[in-house]
Amino acid sequence: MTAAARIEAVRQPVLEMRHISKTFGPIRALQDVSLTVHAGELHALMGENGAGKSTLMKVLSGAYRPDPGGDILIDGAPVATGDPIKARANGIAVIYQELSLAPNLTVAQNIFLGNEPRRFGIVDRDQCNRRAKEIIARLGVSFPARALVSSLSLGERQMVEIARALSTSARIIVMDEPTTSLTSRETDRLFEVIATLKSQGIAIIYISHRMEEVYQLADRVSVLRDSGYVGTLDRADLNASRLVSMMVGRDLSAFYKKDHRPPDSNRAIALSVRGMSDGNLLKDCSFDLHKGEVLALAGLVGSGRTELARLIFGADRHTSGTLELDGKPISIGSPREALDAGIAYLTEDRKELGLFLDMSISDNISMGVLARDAQAGGVRDFATAERRAAKAVSELSIRTRSVQANAGSLSGGNQQKVLLARLLETEPRVLILDEPTRGVDVGAKSEIYRLIDDLAKKGIAILMISSELPEVIGVADRVLVMRDGTIAGEVTASAGQPLSQEAIMELATGAAKG
Amino acid sequence: MTDKATEMSAGDQAVGRSRRLRTAFAALGMLPVLILLAAGFQIMNPRFLTETNLLIVTQQSSINIVLAAGMTFVILTGGIDLSVGSILAASAMVAVMVSLVPEWGMFGVPAAILVGLGFGVINGLLVAYIKLPPFIVTLGSLTAVRGVARLLGQDTTVFNSDLPFDFIGNGSLFGIPWLVIIALSVVVLSWLVLKRTVLGTWIYAVGGNAEAARLTGIKVPLVLLFVYGVSGLLAGLGGAMSAARLYAANGLQLGQSYELDAIAAVILGGTSFVGGVGSIWGTLIGGLIIAVLSNGLILAGVSDIWQYIIKGLVIIVAVALDRYRLQAGART
Repeated sequence: MTAAARIEAVRQPVLEMRHISKTFGPIRALQDVSLTVHAGELHALMGENGAGKSTLMKVLSGAYRPDPGGDILIDGAPVATGDPIKARANGIAVIYQELSLAPNLTVAQNIFLGNEPRRFGIVDRDQCNRRAKEIIARLGVSFPARALVSSLSLGERQMVEIARALSTSARIIVMDEPTTSLTSRETDRLFEVIATLKSQGIAIIYISHRMEEVYQLADRVSVLRDSGYVGTLDRADLNASRLVSMMVGRDLSAFYKKDHRPPDSNRAIALSVRGMSDGNLLKDCSFDLHKGEVLALAGLVGSGRTELARLIFGADRHTSGTLELDGKPISIGSPREALDAGIAYLTEDRKELGLFLDMSISDNISMGVLARDAQAGGVRDFATAERRAAKAVSELSIRTRSVQANAGSLSGGNQQKVLLARLLETEPRVLILDEPTRGVDVGAKSEIYRLIDDLAKKGIAILMISSELPEVIGVADRVLVMRDGTIAGEVTASAGQPLSQEAIMELATGAAKG
Repeated sequence: MTDKATEMSAGDQAVGRSRRLRTAFAALGMLPVLILLAAGFQIMNPRFLTETNLLIVTQQSSINIVLAAGMTFVILTGGIDLSVGSILAASAMVAVMVSLVPEWGMFGVPAAILVGLGFGVINGLLVAYIKLPPFIVTLGSLTAVRGVARLLGQDTTVFNSDLPFDFIGNGSLFGIPWLVIIALSVVVLSWLVLKRTVLGTWIYAVGGNAEAARLTGIKVPLVLLFVYGVSGLLAGLGGAMSAARLYAANGLQLGQSYELDAIAAVILGGTSFVGGVGSIWGTLIGGLIIAVLSNGLILAGVSDIWQYIIKGLVIIVAVALDRYRLQAGART
């Protein structure tokens, strides 16, 4: 960008959202929020879940019409609101967390889906492929335009989404937690693409819970809280404690509040895993998990952490390997058998694999113990279910109007607490937590960390899978690192020496030997 | 702060009120449609809302409601059972044939129910353990069981003018036809199972999210086996009811396309086609809507051909209205 263009961009923001409010009946989802975004800028949008980020972006994309008095200006001129098609024509593109690609079509077909180049009314395949190739090249990524999307990795699919945005000449791209399911290599790739987009004058609104990313990428950060606008920080003023206190409205000095317990080999072994393989990715995984210990399972996405957890839980079949629980060999062929033995597993994908969104919070919490609670003849004991739910709501501070509300009505953090409550009702001795704070807001995160700590103190053995290194360091007593389906090594804290992020990354990426 | 807190709770109360209203409205579901239809037919023909005619309507709907109750179980798990019409025919054949055996005539009813259960269990085993798609499995049994029904009577109609259990089809208890009593009992029992037992909650859970149900320790295959078994069993009961009403059964003609009426009743009743959401009361109302339509159109003198067209359109419009209403309600 030339100096003149830069000044021009400073004078004239590409996007202005002014005094945006949005009410749904008596609920105020947004209250007088304003946002200014310049060309070539990465503007991070932060806030707890439920703070109003998604609603604001839905107003921008035209999915919602703002209340009267709110305006959206593009290049200084007011544009129509509440019309997704016009918003797209105005150069606004949104890349949602759940990607919206058709896996059975090719990259090029997906890029031009609904917007196919035509000749004589017939889709012009050649032009489609050629233009797709140009756009892919512009992003600096390498996969063929004719490849099926189902053959691409998650990171590559995200690139297809971005390419689709570019194909409609988007000038403002909204990315909603784009790195959630990416490996660190794919994340780096994405960041390079973001830099390319910025240099082409495209403005990016970037929603993320991850501080590190925001530090690395953002030119400015705006924070929303409780449906209102809190403030905007320039890159130069960024500072973690200030950002966190802006987001939660309170100081979170004790964010990871646990005291590190040094590994104690005298503690009894709760779960002993020997030679676990799945005949595919996992090869000969062995480790011990002690009572009252928080053992983190770190590693890149795709290294086999979730797969190993699912084998132990009986969700998938193992081809070889043995388990010992409290010194006794056990055989687990199904989740039911694992739960009966005292092993519980929190899935990483709470919407697809965890919750019953159309069922009540109470039913969701009691689902694992219905048969145990039942009266004669398999009749439901609603009083006990109600009691369990009320107890969980108060102990885990689940924020809901009623335990009869649908689980789908809760925010991400509260949904996660409902799932945790369900596991705890089965009174597990071994708890496997797969990304326990994914997509969860800051406040709920610290509550979940406190819960993990309390459970460990009660003697429950906890195996925690996490992709966030600060979380691993802050919560775990000991860290196992996986790479390519095997356990690459162990990182422990020694006297005066906390767990080292570098040591974990070296093992995870294979930069270190053994 | 205090101000804000009270303001919030006042807002919450308002939300609670409108939510309760909406839940009540959602619970009513298609009942307003049923009432409107009945009122409309009454205006067109005052003979519609008479005791005699209402008994006829409920009697005519009873077999479909029994089949639709079983279908509700299956659709709640996200499945489908296309074979109920054929199972009804086979069971009715068995009911009449057993009724002809001297001294053992009364066993026609349990025999029909067992035959239905048997076919349902086969469907269930194929869906639950061989993991074949329910549509394919029951499409296959729709055809195969129809063949069995024809085979049973060497492709003829079997009669028994002295049917020992004919009171089921033509008798009454305190003025209420047995057919109606059976259908209502099936609905009440289904409601008890679905809403008051652990198994019922599991059925909703499997339909809502089968993989989550498995990871929660629910034995998903057993739940599936149960729902297809129930659907078969109730189709068998429907066969006995049908035989008792007609004193006869024919493997070729009986129960043709009954599965479509049963599915229509379930869908009209607001049960989600993908599973997890729905109620047996909705199915009851859906079944009654179909019966009221048929009966009212006949009373209004509408020709057979037009009855088909109107019934089809009403089903589509009613469900479209329902979707629209639910979407408007969900937009909070």
